Amino acid sequence: MNSKFAKKYRYLAYLLIAPSIIIVTTFLIYPSLQSLYLSFFRSTPFGNRQIYVGIENFQRLLTSPAYWNSLTRSLVFTAITVFISISSALILAVVTNKKIRGAKIYKSLLIWPFAFSFAFAGIIWGVLMHPNVGIMSHYIQLITRFEFNWINSGTAAFILIIIASSWRMLGYNFIFFIAALQNVSPELLEAADIDGASPFTKFWRITFPLISPITFFLLIMNTLQVFFLTFGVVDVLTQGGPARATDIVTYKLFRDAFLSMRTGYASAQSIILFVFVAVITIIQFKYAGEKVFYQ
Amino acid sequence: MKRKKSTTIFIHLFLIISVFLVSFPIIYAFMVSTLNVNEVYSSPPKLQLGDNMINNYREAWQRSNMGKLLFNSSFISIVTAVGKIILSISAAFAFVYFGEFPGKNILFILILITHMLPLPIRIVPTYQLMDNLGWLDTYYALTIPFFASATGVLLFKQFYMTVPESLLEASLIDGITPLRFLWSILIPLSKSNIVALFTIEFIWVWNQYLWPLVTTNSARVRVVQIGLKMLIPSDAQPEWNVIMAALIIGVIPPLLVYLTLQKSLVEGFAMQQDK
Repeated sequence: MNSKFAKKYRYLAYLLIAPSIIIVTTFLIYPSLQSLYLSFFRSTPFGNRQIYVGIENFQRLLTSPAYWNSLTRSLVFTAITVFISISSALILAVVTNKKIRGAKIYKSLLIWPFAFSFAFAGIIWGVLMHPNVGIMSHYIQLITRFEFNWINSGTAAFILIIIASSWRMLGYNFIFFIAALQNVSPELLEAADIDGASPFTKFWRITFPLISPITFFLLIMNTLQVFFLTFGVVDVLTQGGPARATDIVTYKLFRDAFLSMRTGYASAQSIILFVFVAVITIIQFKYAGEKVFYQ
Repeated sequence: MKRKKSTTIFIHLFLIISVFLVSFPIIYAFMVSTLNVNEVYSSPPKLQLGDNMINNYREAWQRSNMGKLLFNSSFISIVTAVGKIILSISAAFAFVYFGEFPGKNILFILILITHMLPLPIRIVPTYQLMDNLGWLDTYYALTIPFFASATGVLLFKQFYMTVPESLLEASLIDGITPLRFLWSILIPLSKSNIVALFTIEFIWVWNQYLWPLVTTNSARVRVVQIGLKMLIPSDAQPEWNVIMAALIIGVIPPLLVYLTLQKSLVEGFAMQQDK
């Protein structure tokens, strides 16, 4: 941009940026540095004193089977959920994007889980699959003879939080794919039609390459959201159980920080989560550069 | 090219089944909210509408103090969304229309960094900070720390960079001041971006869970998400019919915001794609 406001207004530029910077430094950057600082301390049982312990918190975390359990489960859970919700949203978006009657209604009815929180999604699916009252678990058992009891079985609970989170993310991803598909030119697809391309060829050769930037963006955003927000599902349904099967990293962090009051130990976990976010961010900048994010 | 009729029927069938699968949990939640307790716990489970709807909704409203919950959630969602919009527009405007100035890049990076610092990474110190400021259990804790938005700054910055330069040139000849240019020319142009950001942020704040869980305690500032959790007893059989009634009430505001703003939301997203 060549034309701009005169230099005498420069003070105004700083003034306009200042509120954002004040919020960011006070409530985001300063506390994050504080997390790093606290991670080198251990709090006394009553939490009134901090003892410097160096990297002991990290050593204990990384040698703790409970923490590895937590970390592996979170990563596996996130990978499966992101895969399910992105691929199903993509298929649905491509199909609803065809010229068919009632496409608008279909679209609206596929997006609405987006308005539900992870906690709400957890409650609904928890009841739907509830061993005593759930209609779905009842029919699953009737048809497959497999008892889906998320209250006793760790595997069932783990599957349940995957389903609830995937359902919640589906609507979010669907919105982005619909928007992206609107920019795929119909002429291009018609030209392919004339050449006699099959629907699959058209999708893989034309549509998919054109929407791959948004797919990549969604992959990143979903990974972060699912990794951090599934806390709501776990807190309302399983509280990490049964037998630690759903003890995802954010839930463990919450317990250590606010139920056992081990602030140093919890802060060390925060720093490990930061490493995870940093890796994701580096991947993003490496392959996509600067892109608009949506929470 | 004409599609075969059988293909069209197949597409509709596929979509009807998909819509059913996606919507069934919500329909089911509504059905449960109309049953009485005995019906909820009957075996086999019932898939029908009951006649206890009014009672359940009244019970849910009173037991959770729903009026207050709805007010609190609406209040913090609107305040936070508006706060984010104002701060993002101001910052984006400064980044685009004032040329180069010392520290510009570092300030921009500072704002972008928010993306790398989700709440769990700083939750203990941020909680302690709220405690020191005396903000625990107040609206302040639920709103002000969330006013900065990298998403918003990027969104408006990208949009401003596509606004034709001739617009500013013409205005400069007329001797317009920056704030007037922002207020009477740029903001009216950014309407669909503002609407898109408002929708996203409203629903986001409404659905926030972890932060209100740790910073609020009293009914005075309790939000819908936490109020609903408190309806689920840990030691007794939950009354799922009442809980579902509360859940349905609690999802209506974000659903309404979403439905009324749906069109501009999709447009706002579509516009983002172009750049």
